[in-house]
Amino acid sequence: MQTILTVDDSPSMRSMLSFALNRAGYKTVEADNGVAGLEAAKKQLFDLVITDVNMPEMDGLSLVSELRRLEDYKFTPVLVLTTESGDEKKAKGKAAGATGWIVKPFDPDQLLNIVSRVLG
Amino acid sequence: MFDDEGMEEIKQIFLEESGEGLDIMEAGLLNLNLGEADLEVVNDIFRAAHSIKGGGGTFGFMEVSDFTHGVETILDQMREGKRSVTQEAVQLLLETVDCLRAMMDSIRDSSPYDEPRINALKERIEILLSSDNEAAVAEGAETSEEPALPTKQLDSDTPTENGQADSEWEIQFQPHPGMLQNGNEPSRIFRALAGLGELKVTADTSKIPVFEELDPDCCYIGWTLRLITQEPESNIREIFEWVVDECELIINKVVGAQLENVELAEPKVVPIGNSGDLQPKQSEKPVAELAPDSEVPKVAKVAVPKQPVKPDVDSSKKTGGNKESSSIRVDIEKIDSLLNLVGELVITQSMLVRYSKDCGDSILGELRDGLEQLERNARELQESAMQIRMLPIKVTFSRFPRLVRDLGLKMNKKIELKISGEQTELDKTVLEKIGDPLVHLVRNSLDHGIETVEKRRAAGKPDTGVLHLSASHEAGNIVIQVEDDGAGLNRERILEKAIERGIVGEDEQLSNDAIDNLIFQAGFSTAEQVSDVSGRGVGMDVVRRNIQDLGGCVDVHSNPGVGSIFTIRLPLTLAILDGQLVKVGDDTYVIPLLSIVESVLINPERLSFIANDSTVYRLREEFIPVLDLKQTWQQYVEVDNQEEKDEEKDEEKEEVSESNRLANKLLVVVEADRKRYGLVVDDLCDQQQVVIKALETNYKNVNGLSGSTILGDGAVALILDIPSLMRLYFKNEAIDRMATIAS
Repeated sequence: MQTILTVDDSPSMRSMLSFALNRAGYKTVEADNGVAGLEAAKKQLFDLVITDVNMPEMDGLSLVSELRRLEDYKFTPVLVLTTESGDEKKAKGKAAGATGWIVKPFDPDQLLNIVSRVLG
Repeated sequence: MFDDEGMEEIKQIFLEESGEGLDIMEAGLLNLNLGEADLEVVNDIFRAAHSIKGGGGTFGFMEVSDFTHGVETILDQMREGKRSVTQEAVQLLLETVDCLRAMMDSIRDSSPYDEPRINALKERIEILLSSDNEAAVAEGAETSEEPALPTKQLDSDTPTENGQADSEWEIQFQPHPGMLQNGNEPSRIFRALAGLGELKVTADTSKIPVFEELDPDCCYIGWTLRLITQEPESNIREIFEWVVDECELIINKVVGAQLENVELAEPKVVPIGNSGDLQPKQSEKPVAELAPDSEVPKVAKVAVPKQPVKPDVDSSKKTGGNKESSSIRVDIEKIDSLLNLVGELVITQSMLVRYSKDCGDSILGELRDGLEQLERNARELQESAMQIRMLPIKVTFSRFPRLVRDLGLKMNKKIELKISGEQTELDKTVLEKIGDPLVHLVRNSLDHGIETVEKRRAAGKPDTGVLHLSASHEAGNIVIQVEDDGAGLNRERILEKAIERGIVGEDEQLSNDAIDNLIFQAGFSTAEQVSDVSGRGVGMDVVRRNIQDLGGCVDVHSNPGVGSIFTIRLPLTLAILDGQLVKVGDDTYVIPLLSIVESVLINPERLSFIANDSTVYRLREEFIPVLDLKQTWQQYVEVDNQEEKDEEKDEEKEEVSESNRLANKLLVVVEADRKRYGLVVDDLCDQQQVVIKALETNYKNVNGLSGSTILGDGAVALILDIPSLMRLYFKNEAIDRMATIAS
């Protein structure tokens, strides 16, 4: 079973991600900020990381670049959740090493579509 | 498919979380220094707004998301330094917080939104956004374009134009060497493409360097892809959306290739297997070399039993002192049932103790030891269970910065609010109910206590008045104080008013504190003019009543020209009570220890009987009204009534017999509403903590009783509610008259 790390400071968003992903048969682990996310990623190897951008402690973009520095996460897909469709923000995400992005708001079906795209 | 119970629950989480987010926004906004705002604070506010907007959209509350969008834009500009933090902007943002709160409430009780209010605020946000800085406008316009969902087209699994013929596309795809390092795997892209139709993949391996120079992390291969699909070009480009900047990509339509049959695509067709409904029916071809790792996603379709949404142990060990991790949400019903169980345990334990006493010396020492331990365990368990109900008073205090700010502006007074002891914990129920009385006291202090700037200057005080809200523990009670450095209470005026209303006799000598505390009498107001801030003087008695209902008391201590301190004392919890067990006839009653002043043996000579069956007792130099519990409750028992009627035959005799009857009994002196009363009881028993059982659950509410408890021997004892009992039997005016007559 593939395991996905979800990092978001919003409990409802985390619940929603877990709810949809678990239902589709993925295992999930939640973290509520970048620091906690990085810790979790070091302890366990994930098949995919989904992270919010705006978070306390460590934001999503820093998390992505930190992850890319880890040998184990060199090629792991990392998706950032963003409400901004602006190219600038996307470029920042790409520059940090993100695989792609999921634009909020999204519904569970859209989420699963994107996830299946990178976990295919 | 997801609109079911699980989603409903998550929506609830979202609503709760948004409430917290709004609190953060409000607190942050109140903390902002105009002009040069603390970036951290602005960031916190922005994040909260951002989450509400994102969640609102995700959970289907589009109005919320839409409304928050403008708010978020303003905050974003502030945090990027593109917009200055003005009083006007902060005020507007505060109002939007209120509006969002109202929207959340509407969602919660499925009532319609207050459209006019929302629209009015939206308009003001628009005006603000389009006003001052041009740069901000441009930025705002950019961000306000709602994102084109990358999934939108993907989602439309029905071919965009039905019946459209297949076209063939040639795609030249040359990734930059570093593309793999962003986690983009070419084979995944090909699978997605194959999901659109028939795909033929040719690899160009000519750029692979000699082994010595080969960096295994880099991608050297280029591909030429031939895709036959009904999908438009935009859907093909969409698949490359994440990598367009990391590859050379050329997509061309192969002209004239209206292929009927695509048998030619033999070995290199990549089966897709996954992508759920995107899976085209035709390509069930075997896995070719490009998909070596396709132990792909049966997963996506398997319905798996719902997993607990809890994070692993690893991730729950949070590094930061995040507020969320330090509190849990527990259903109050669960806690109540736990508390109830623990209460039962305590009862069992005291029952066992009783048995062990009966057994005398023959009992084994071990049993006693065991019982001692049980007692300790039970106590600890009870304490820790009770702790779950406790919340820091911060929850209640947090509304005051806003209140004080708004009122200060309204009344044109300069006020500094100091808060201390925010971490002091209170029972949740007490916490909820103490809010309103506190608001009233604070309003009162702001309105009547703290003076206007002019008056303060004249009195030689600093312009800014200080209001100090504090909470602390004191001898098993919670003490909350509202302190101001205002003018203090106007004693002359209070006394005048009290005499005018007949609350106090003309020549009565009252201590300063006694005069001050007259303001808690019903219908008492000295305000020269009624203000819309603290109301019409129907407040203070209600404040006192509310606090008494919580088992607490309130008083005021004032110092003319220096300020006033209102002090509220509350019990730690409403679930257990330190009580004095007393015997009245065959029954046991519990008197809250908090209410008891002292207990004395009745000296019949000190008893006086006056009209209307009233009795007073001379306690040292003070006359206090006496309530004979036995007699009071006897009127409900018919048999006893009969006896009493016999006694009434001779009034003279009765008084003597009354005196005799009360001789050798005990008088428990209690205090309620700052007045003392005596309760006649037959005997004093143990003092113990009792677990309060509500009467209304099994019977109904009874005036004068605050509940019942079960004693160690299994008997039920009623708990007296002293203030309400006294109100029940002694009318306020009557008491003073009685005392006067008696003396």
